[in-house]
Amino acid sequence: MSEMIKITYREAIKQAIRDVMQNDERVFLMGEDVGNYGGAFAVSKGLLKEFGSDRIMDVPLSESGFTGAGIGAALAGMRPIVEVMTVNFSLLAMDQIVNNASTLLHMSGGQLNVPLVIRMGCGIGRQLAAQHSHSWEPFFAHVPGLIVLSVGTHEDARGMLISAMQSLDPVILFEYTFMLNLEKEIPADSGTVEIKKAKVLREGNDISLITYGAGVYKCLEAAEVLGQEGIEVEVIDLRVLRPMDEETFLTSVKKTHRALVVEEAWKSVSISSEVVSRIMEKAFFDLDAPVERLCGVEVPIPYPKHLEDASIPQVSDILEKVNKMLKP
Amino acid sequence: MEKKKKLDSKEGQRLLKQMILIRRFEEKSAEEYTKSQIRGFLHLYSGEEAVAVGVIQALTEADNILCTYREHGHALARGVDPKAIMAEMYGKQEGCSKGRGGSMHLFEATKNFFGGNAIVSGHLPLSVGMALAAKKQKKNNVTCCFFGEGAAAEGEFHESMNLAALWQVPTLFVCENNQYAMGTAIKLTHSVQQLEKKGPAYGIESAAVDGMDLLAVMEAADKAVKMIKEKGKPYFLVCNTYRFRAHSMFDAELYREKSEVEEWKKKDPIPKFQEFLLKGKLITAKKITEIEKAVDAQIQEAIEFAENGTWEDNENLIRFVYSDTESI
Repeated sequence: MSEMIKITYREAIKQAIRDVMQNDERVFLMGEDVGNYGGAFAVSKGLLKEFGSDRIMDVPLSESGFTGAGIGAALAGMRPIVEVMTVNFSLLAMDQIVNNASTLLHMSGGQLNVPLVIRMGCGIGRQLAAQHSHSWEPFFAHVPGLIVLSVGTHEDARGMLISAMQSLDPVILFEYTFMLNLEKEIPADSGTVEIKKAKVLREGNDISLITYGAGVYKCLEAAEVLGQEGIEVEVIDLRVLRPMDEETFLTSVKKTHRALVVEEAWKSVSISSEVVSRIMEKAFFDLDAPVERLCGVEVPIPYPKHLEDASIPQVSDILEKVNKMLKP
Repeated sequence: MEKKKKLDSKEGQRLLKQMILIRRFEEKSAEEYTKSQIRGFLHLYSGEEAVAVGVIQALTEADNILCTYREHGHALARGVDPKAIMAEMYGKQEGCSKGRGGSMHLFEATKNFFGGNAIVSGHLPLSVGMALAAKKQKKNNVTCCFFGEGAAAEGEFHESMNLAALWQVPTLFVCENNQYAMGTAIKLTHSVQQLEKKGPAYGIESAAVDGMDLLAVMEAADKAVKMIKEKGKPYFLVCNTYRFRAHSMFDAELYREKSEVEEWKKKDPIPKFQEFLLKGKLITAKKITEIEKAVDAQIQEAIEFAENGTWEDNENLIRFVYSDTESI
């Protein structure tokens, strides 16, 4: 087993960016405030000095313009990383992502690839209120032609970008800003990771907790507590929201016979809706109890801390729900 | 008409043939549409031929071209095989986009012909990105982006102009002002109708030209491309023109008077250029007839090719969504 190192989520992403930039001169990063400011969340701090302004490009507040320019540069042989500062501004680039990035390969009959990675900060929990607290993974995961990845762990923060850069198709990478300062241990030699499969992060036989992104560490924490009570929880990080890997969670459900899906996005028409549907379609007769969900409450996210906390699943909610499901 | 450019007989005849090919190809397309061989949206370029032909003759094969959904003429002027274009409109596998795109999405990567883009103004950011890539790769090619005056009211137009000027990239923006955004006249859509005035606001050298006059378009385009290649800066060329036919096959043309169309038809670029060639003894009446016959034969050949084309099997439906499903 390789040596473990302590690293913040921010540093893991930064190292990944540095890696891909060092290894491929076609790579450049462009986004609002990625250069002189050092990144709105300090992810790219120092990279301007290291790589120069041709490769770390500050751009005007033109989400559609610079995202589209990223697509154009990818078509013309470059390997751009576009940073949309936060998912909240991504709708201004939605036309480019949905009408161009995701369709060009198909519309051209396979002639045009769009090897572009779009990184977006997202997540709830910093009292940023309704317009800056969106969980729009489901919007993007709806679109064929996109690869949608959710960075729920530090190992993926270190590796997902590197793997995504090898894709010939456009990748949307969701990064969770509230985790930036969080320190965890990862193998020192962390690098590329699998980007087609979900991952079992903790094995257990009593119930499957299926989650992604901001739900991952919450579910692992809940599993730890439940473990002490003698409940063996299996935790699955979906990781790849499109094209979705159903095999991993179906296998788990067939083993545990119970499932709870946890996510921060609004409940209706969400990632969990999709997961539950697939369990119904393909593992219904393996279930011992109805599948349950803990999701975002369907309200524009409010500013006060206690209301914000109440709008998304917390560890205590997961504990309560699992206990109810197992001890009715 | 004054002779504005030294044209030899061969080049003059080549350009005339292109314009006649476009006009007759569009007439035939309309006919095939009424026979239900072509379906979906069909936007014809009749009347605007001098713009595509005049601009594209100024480009080299290494230069990139992006167009709108009214792009049959540009594809033909670029040298995309009329057979492959017609097969595309028939939805056959032998089409230039393997039948996946149809009339609005003609692509031919080997000729640097990048569509066929049907969200108004959505391709402008792509053109800036392709030019950015050229700059980074130290290539001396131009990316030429055609769009209508309707697009110039979109945010993506303004974002793209700003980015192209800010980055100093070799983009030729060609506005084909055909006076109507679908059915809404320019006086109802633009506060400033001299569109060329919008370029200098971004520091972009701009010009307007009579888009019904091939020689004038050629001269303006030659000048623009020369400037772009010398200085590596963007250029904005407005070609004032008119479409003789309806916006699409669904358009009852309630928004304009027949007399207006008749007035513009007096400026038809094809007879005007023919007259120029005849007067300069660059062509004979007999040769014109020969060209017309050759064009008719070429179009007939395209129709037969399309009719004899093959439909893709349903089992291949999800081809070209991701690169790894490209060659099922």
